[in-house]
Amino acid sequence: MVNQVLVLDVFLLLLVAATAIAVVTVRSLLSATILMGIYSLLMALVWSNMHALDVGFTEASVGAGISTILLLGALVLTKRFAKREPIIHVPALVICVVTGLLLIYGTADMPKFGDPNAPIHHLRVGQDPSKKSLLLQNVGKHPSAAPRDKGHAHEGHPDDDFNGHVPNTVTSLLAAYRGYDTMYETTVIFTAGLSMLLLLRRRRDDDEIREGRRS
Amino acid sequence: MREHEPPDEVRTSMLPDETMSQQTLVRVVAKMTIPFILVLGIYVILHGELGPGGGFQGGVILAAGFILYGMVFGADELRRRIPTVVFDIGMALGALLYAGTGLASLLAGGTFLDYGMLQPTHAGDGEALGMTLVEYGVGITVCSVMTTIYLMVSDPADSKVEG
Repeated sequence: MVNQVLVLDVFLLLLVAATAIAVVTVRSLLSATILMGIYSLLMALVWSNMHALDVGFTEASVGAGISTILLLGALVLTKRFAKREPIIHVPALVICVVTGLLLIYGTADMPKFGDPNAPIHHLRVGQDPSKKSLLLQNVGKHPSAAPRDKGHAHEGHPDDDFNGHVPNTVTSLLAAYRGYDTMYETTVIFTAGLSMLLLLRRRRDDDEIREGRRS
Repeated sequence: MREHEPPDEVRTSMLPDETMSQQTLVRVVAKMTIPFILVLGIYVILHGELGPGGGFQGGVILAAGFILYGMVFGADELRRRIPTVVFDIGMALGALLYAGTGLASLLAGGTFLDYGMLQPTHAGDGEALGMTLVEYGVGITVCSVMTTIYLMVSDPADSKVEG
């Protein structure tokens, strides 16, 4: 019995590799941009195949969506064809191959994908101290934090910190357990937008004033 | 690709946006799909804590809808429909909404970003409420910033052709 997930993964990853080679070799920048979008969509399929739906969603919306659009916008400002350059750059090839081989060597130590006996499934942080665990530290809610919700027991919610009110584990991790992290990520995005405004909008106004004086 | 390129004098006399909007197919398809893109983006933001996706992805999809409009009908048309001040306010509003949710739970007696304190009798509901608000904040900021970046990147092309 052939593992269907594996067959699909191999098929998708072969397509991904073919697309990546095409991106490097094609000279038309528009084709390269579209191929990058296809690459991201294929990667989104790979993530979905691994049940990492949130990652796949992000890859599809950011990698295939907004990056392609912003690259198309940048394409308007440049030429349409890349400079003719030799395709094979030996030092870059050596570095890429060595790094790739090191990464593949590193995966040899990892548990098999979906292995129920993988350490992450039975060695949990801060569990019973008599058991072996990867990290010994105090985890859980602060003593002064809101207590667990006991008001909805009749609804059959699981007894986790969110009582099943936040079914998407990724969101509850990002927004609650790593709330500070996500808040400062939002601040980083805000700062990026603010910098764009401060640097570029003023320049545009100056240009308009200068042109107005000239005419 | 190369043989379809228009001669140089034709290319320089046309705005890239104009060449896009003159293609009926692009305009019709954009007009048909933009509402669905915007609804999907709002759906993803609103259901961030229930299904896959969340504020970031939803915000990006919303911004993609706006940017598609700007690419097909021109960035100036997008600025006319939605004043840039809306995006400026949105950038700050989203970040403030996130920090404000944290501050609200601090004022309610918990620690910073302890959403359960928003509804101390039903902490689970408070968690859901707090995460929803936070996702809205992320979505608003991401959507505004992405659209602003597009408007800024598309600026030099417009001013070059106008001047």
